[in-house]
Amino acid sequence: MRYAMVIDTLKCVGCSDCVVACQTENNVPVGYCRDWVTETVTGAYPTVDLELKSERCNHCDNAPCVRTCPTGASHIVEGGVVLVTEDECIGCGACIESCPYDARFQHPDGYVDKCTFCYHRLEKGQLPACVSVCPTKCMYFGDLDDPKSEVSQLLKTRTQKVLAPESGTKPNVYYLT
Amino acid sequence: MTTSRRSFIKISSFGAAGVALFGTAFKSIGQSLTENNLLATSARNLKRTATYCEVCFWKCAAWAYTDEDDNIKQLIGNETDPHCYGRLCPRGTGGVGMYADKDRLKTPLIRVKNVGSEDTFREASWEEALTLVASKMQGIKDNYGAESMALLKHGSPGSHLEHLFKAYGSDTIAEPAYAQCRGPRETGFGLTFGSWVGSPEPTDIRDTKCLVLIGAHIGENMHNSQVQEMSEAIDNGATIITVDPRFSTAASKSKHWLAIKPSTDLALLLSWMHVLIYEDIYNKEYVKQYGYGFDELKEHVKDFTPEWAYGITTIKPEEIRKTARAMAASAPSTIVHPGRHVTWYGDDSQRGRAVAMLNGLLGSWGNRGGFYFKEKIKVPKYPHPPYPHPKWGWKEIGEKYPFAEMGITNEVINASIPGENDKYPIKGWFVAGTNLVSTVPQREIIEKAMEAVEFIVVMDTMPMEITGYADVVLPECTYLERYDGIRSATNREPSIALRMPAAKPKYNSKPAWWMSKQIGEKLGLGDYFAYDDFKDVISWQLEKMGTSLEEMEKIGVKMFERKSGSMFLEKGQPYEFPTNTGKIEFYSPELADQGFDPMPVYTSHDHPEQGFYRLNYGRSPMHTFSRTINNPNLSDLMDENKLWVNPKVARVEGLKNNQEVWLENQDGIISTFSIKVRVTERIRWDSVYMYHGFGHNNKKLSRAFGKGMSDTELITKVTVDPLMGGTGMRGNFVKFRTENPHKEAIV
Repeated sequence: MRYAMVIDTLKCVGCSDCVVACQTENNVPVGYCRDWVTETVTGAYPTVDLELKSERCNHCDNAPCVRTCPTGASHIVEGGVVLVTEDECIGCGACIESCPYDARFQHPDGYVDKCTFCYHRLEKGQLPACVSVCPTKCMYFGDLDDPKSEVSQLLKTRTQKVLAPESGTKPNVYYLT
Repeated sequence: MTTSRRSFIKISSFGAAGVALFGTAFKSIGQSLTENNLLATSARNLKRTATYCEVCFWKCAAWAYTDEDDNIKQLIGNETDPHCYGRLCPRGTGGVGMYADKDRLKTPLIRVKNVGSEDTFREASWEEALTLVASKMQGIKDNYGAESMALLKHGSPGSHLEHLFKAYGSDTIAEPAYAQCRGPRETGFGLTFGSWVGSPEPTDIRDTKCLVLIGAHIGENMHNSQVQEMSEAIDNGATIITVDPRFSTAASKSKHWLAIKPSTDLALLLSWMHVLIYEDIYNKEYVKQYGYGFDELKEHVKDFTPEWAYGITTIKPEEIRKTARAMAASAPSTIVHPGRHVTWYGDDSQRGRAVAMLNGLLGSWGNRGGFYFKEKIKVPKYPHPPYPHPKWGWKEIGEKYPFAEMGITNEVINASIPGENDKYPIKGWFVAGTNLVSTVPQREIIEKAMEAVEFIVVMDTMPMEITGYADVVLPECTYLERYDGIRSATNREPSIALRMPAAKPKYNSKPAWWMSKQIGEKLGLGDYFAYDDFKDVISWQLEKMGTSLEEMEKIGVKMFERKSGSMFLEKGQPYEFPTNTGKIEFYSPELADQGFDPMPVYTSHDHPEQGFYRLNYGRSPMHTFSRTINNPNLSDLMDENKLWVNPKVARVEGLKNNQEVWLENQDGIISTFSIKVRVTERIRWDSVYMYHGFGHNNKKLSRAFGKGMSDTELITKVTVDPLMGGTGMRGNFVKFRTENPHKEAIV
């Protein structure tokens, strides 16, 4: 079992529904977010290109946040999902500094918080909230160990990229381009 | 509050030790994940209630999830609903913020005149506030006639008040959604195909092979099902052509982006028609069978070559030809989208007609991948006595505009100013669910009208600016806290949706149906409101429609079978269009009879002088105009608008990213607030752009006050559409002010 998220930038309109859905699903306090949308503009008028994409924790195979965590609060569970155990977290912030994706934040309650791939939903056989709500259906989620899964198939047939590949984190969020 | 986090702790605290345990569980998930059928509910133990969204006019059906303490925690789309297919947009998902907003109107307010100081509001009981409203309405009726009381409205509350007004004897009803938004396209399509486009637009986007967007920005407007279908069309490899002076989100998804010079769209449309006809690639069989006046059109567009259009639009002739051919190659599965907010330059009905005619030439109306024949189901009228017949109403007020088919808000406003239209004197306003000062241009005129009328009552959920002008403010509860009319949707198949309260109304707010009934009873119109609870009305209607409240509570949305025949024309099928001639009118005898151009003619519009830039405005996907800016969830996504400026302009004007500027328009009107500059290649050098709806000026909107700039206050020049009275608003030009022009005033 190797969970991955695949996001089709050719379909994303950057509406940020993924952000609101995550906030209401996970009780993320207003003013904080576990996922966010970026906009990249290249070229010069009128030869312009625009890429919109939803970003979050990349649930890396080689996760610097897990390696730097002094208490073991940051850890990897079945399926490769990176989680933080709130009551083991001392809020030191080493993981925040080590993450090349800037995916973690200090929760006002004193621990470090981030995307969980909606682990509580996965447990019930449900998709992450962001994926389930996306109006363009540009987000896919599934098991890379299963060659027949939608995510495996998409990565086999479409051009793709990951973010900050140079950091050697082996991320599990892919972007179709 | 922390139920989710508790379950989160529970799961994560298993940690590595839990691997095996979850391993088995996850296998089955893996299987069902591949089936991709898991749009589902929350981890929390929440009660679900059927509703449909009121954050915008798309009205997507949804489930509201409420916790044990009667707090609405989540909103998730209803999977059966053809407006959202189980997926709400950010505003729909963030509808919880509309409910939770602590700045909501909490109790009725009555204006107090203070001697020697400014007016204030005092809190009032419902009884006192509604008695005052009823007595003022009775007074206007006695002194001038009920016709002199106007209803200006938007959305669901409006329909309850419309019933009250008709019972009271006034048909002086208008909504800005017509003459400030989509009215012209309805006139244009009506004059061509004999029917309105309507909402949702009957565009078969999911099966289209070519989608043409001209000033329409699907993806930034989150017209939900259309956004979803456009995404499907992208997957299916459809060709998208976007015409926009701005590199919109849709433009970035397009094979062809035509970066048109603003205000010249009609020239492009005429030229496209020229190419289709003179390259002989229009849909000949279709035009021959269903068209009227094709020969006149052929003659009319003879000289509108791509070379002619190039000089006007700045779009290269080969691009015009290439895109026309792409449309023809996909026809009839080509959609030239009618757009939505189309009140731009005053010739908007004619431009809407050009769009309709282009679709006619391609044969897309009534064909798969083009426009389908929509159908809706009639909701039976709950019995009430006949309405009295008003001596005049919205139609007479707008009599200068022969093709207006709804009330023209700006004309109602004009008629409220003594000396402007004394034939139809308006003395009182009931404003419901529309923040007029952010919706209607020319604020000076609105303020003059509000000064002149004897009484203004405003119903809203939020302390929008318009409430500040009211004599009485009525706090409406949000859509999540009330029963409302059954949503009967026009779609591929007819459907209905139920809205019922997911929680009790917060504070001392009440539903619009209740207020209408109370006012009605106080006016002696109790017979028109022969029910205790609006629930009874819905229940009665649902039984008549072959379902029941009990069933609808469980399913939220019910689909019905079509009865009007196929969604599409069979090849060669005889079909009579509901026009005068029974045909698609390329030449309009009706327009000719009334002294208008029977076929659209391009006229040049003003362009900005040096140092000025055209003010363009549009939609942000996270907001619905001004009404959502204060929503805590949505303001968290975007709390201010920015001013898009081309890098060349930034260099010339010495502007930097995030620099605060004020804008001054051609009439010397200076923006109240500043706006941050966003230097971007996504905008032309002759215009600037901002999202509409920001720059709120009421401190009671704690998150929205002073954030960003209001485009509306800078729209002081309008060009009125002679056919239907729409206010063209894209002819306003602005210059930058880098020093705070209000500084002295503040000191």
